[in-house]
Amino acid sequence: MSTLETFRLETRAWLEENCPQSMRTPMPEDERVWGGRNATFKNPDSQVWLERMVDRGWTVPTWPTEYGGGGLSKDQATILGEEMSRLGCRTPLFSFGISMLGPVMLKYGNPTQQAEHLPKIARGEIRWCQGYSEPGAGSDLASLQTRAEDRGDHYLINGQKVWTSYANHADWIFCLVRTDTSVKHDGISFVLFDMTSPGVETRPITLISGASVFCETFFTDVEVPKGNLVGELNSGWTIAKELLQHERGMIAQIGRAIGGNVPGVEAIAKKYLGTADGRIGDAGLRDDIARHVMNDRAFALTIRRAGQESESGTANGGASSMFKYFGTEQNKAKFELILKAAGAAALAWEGDDYEPEEITLCRTWLRSKGNSIEGGTSEVQLNVIAKRVLGLPD
Amino acid sequence: MSLILNEEQIMLKNSAHEFFGDQMPVSSLRELRDKGDKNGFDPAHWAAMAEMGWAGILVPEACGGSDFGYLGMGQVLEESGRTLAASPLFATALIGAPLMATAGNAEQQQKVLSAVASGDCLLALAIDESPRHEPLGSQLTAVKNGDGFELQGQKQFVLDGHVADYLIVLARTSGRTGDPAGLSMFLVDRNISGLAISPTLMVDSRYASKLTFDKVRVSGDALIGELDDAWPTLERVLDGARAGIAAEMLGAGQEAFERTLAYLKMRQQFGAPIGSFQALKHRAALMFCELELTRSAVLAALSALDKGAENVAELASLAKAKACDMLELVSNEAVQMHGGIGMTDAEEIGFFLKRARVQQQVFGDAGFHRDRYATLQGF
Repeated sequence: MSTLETFRLETRAWLEENCPQSMRTPMPEDERVWGGRNATFKNPDSQVWLERMVDRGWTVPTWPTEYGGGGLSKDQATILGEEMSRLGCRTPLFSFGISMLGPVMLKYGNPTQQAEHLPKIARGEIRWCQGYSEPGAGSDLASLQTRAEDRGDHYLINGQKVWTSYANHADWIFCLVRTDTSVKHDGISFVLFDMTSPGVETRPITLISGASVFCETFFTDVEVPKGNLVGELNSGWTIAKELLQHERGMIAQIGRAIGGNVPGVEAIAKKYLGTADGRIGDAGLRDDIARHVMNDRAFALTIRRAGQESESGTANGGASSMFKYFGTEQNKAKFELILKAAGAAALAWEGDDYEPEEITLCRTWLRSKGNSIEGGTSEVQLNVIAKRVLGLPD
Repeated sequence: MSLILNEEQIMLKNSAHEFFGDQMPVSSLRELRDKGDKNGFDPAHWAAMAEMGWAGILVPEACGGSDFGYLGMGQVLEESGRTLAASPLFATALIGAPLMATAGNAEQQQKVLSAVASGDCLLALAIDESPRHEPLGSQLTAVKNGDGFELQGQKQFVLDGHVADYLIVLARTSGRTGDPAGLSMFLVDRNISGLAISPTLMVDSRYASKLTFDKVRVSGDALIGELDDAWPTLERVLDGARAGIAAEMLGAGQEAFERTLAYLKMRQQFGAPIGSFQALKHRAALMFCELELTRSAVLAALSALDKGAENVAELASLAKAKACDMLELVSNEAVQMHGGIGMTDAEEIGFFLKRARVQQQVFGDAGFHRDRYATLQGF
């Protein structure tokens, strides 16, 4: 038996023994575990599951063991993922530290920073947020104005960030700041600091979906030690762009994960429109739904192909913008189809005459609108494809 | 499931790219059209392709084939799509060969298979009876008559019907229109008495034929496979044809897209290359996404065919539907973005548009395959 097959059998056995039964069921959004100093576990099994996975280093399976990772090869990590889906295991920890900061820290962080931050990310002890967008710097992110002034042993930070996801729950922030005002991209630095530092204030923003996951974040004379600068001074844009690629990959997946709490659009259409000979009752909508789920299938195959190309060294790059664009547009389209299929049942905001699942449909539809805005709008993704992949001129 | 090519397949793709680019560029199709060639292809090209083993890619080695499988066939078809190369590759090598290799009896195989692989025998599959693809709607009848059968009815849109040495004809032998059971296939010599073959020059400068069967008597050994049980074999071969033409469409779409991109970079208006305008950039990026999705679907379908996977039908319908939607978009945008010269016969981009619509109709358009996919998925 190959070593990989042995690994698969051992992994399967371990998961079957260690994944609590309730962690093998679909996860309601309010049972997601985000970790941090004030971590909450609505379902106590979540904590047990997280601790067991942390002990194996499997919250970050491919990270080195010295930073709390599992030290797995890509193939082993794929097997772990497959075995977790086979059992229906929940993701033990949701974390911007894992999905966004970690990969760039492994590459650009100095040994002190890596030793300080990576293990805490792996164990879910510190919850991170991302300080990128500003009121005047959205799609044109590099025009950001939040200043970091050199004050000898520290930087003094003043300015405002916006769309800071979960800033009000985060322990630390990775933040883009301007350290040179005479140039644009080459005057940006990447710094880390504690959100409990004096001068940090967060205000949640209520969204069209009624939720408040984003914040406005204000910095007034915040002192940040110089050792918290990641990479070289004024070279933050390189790190920022690389991190965005990880973010885009994550949003494309989250789009799908959001959809994961909602039944398939085919099932919803069957429920509300009825069937004739097993076919969705409305022929026009059935055709639209078929087109949609076929695009989903072709998209999933494309992600798989990109994985195989990347392993065999034949990848052509530019994939992350396509995935961000297509994954998020698909998710939005899915909810529009659900609204058409479910009719008034997907328009209820609150009240007892509709099922909670129906009210969730409405809220999730509204939330999906942000997918193609956050992490770089669809229009920006198309610009990136046109420029970097197709070589079209500016 | 492998969605990337192995070394052998990459070599095959590269040599096909070179051959079609050098020997059969789009200009060779124009030449055939302009001189009113009645074959619609150049037999010398087909002989060269057979020499390289491409006529027998889906013929077992034991019968003289090269047996490279559907993924290999897909690479040759994709490259042939780039130059719109007209040849019997589709009707004979992609459809006729595997059908005879799967369902033909020993005598039939001996008669046609090695001749197909050597390029000396052409086949054509006759299924459709109306302008829309609806294989279960087949109404041509074959009635038992002594030791043989008598065929009565008509077939349309038979690709290569005008040049095929043998026609593979789908007929109803029992049951009712629409039933999968009760269909049979027959191998019919083109010169048989009572068969009229009438070719039409289609918009893509290729021929499709109408076949009229008036009391055509065939012997009992003309039956391919089991009586009344043609459907399972035929459906599998049709799925191979759908995945194969999707590969050809991918090549055509990729080429039309690359030509359009080059034009966007070259054409100057308002003092700038028109490819610098965001309205065109975004549309180009959208086409890129559609091409990438189509490529994945095509590779998955070809790969599943080689594996004999259970989900071949779903994946073949996925590949054909994606290829249709992609190519409709790309062929329309290609003409639009070329502007006025895109409307001229002198510019080659129009050939891609004309070929695209024929490819879209062959063995089911996007709507046909969405319906089939949804049914297979239970909605």
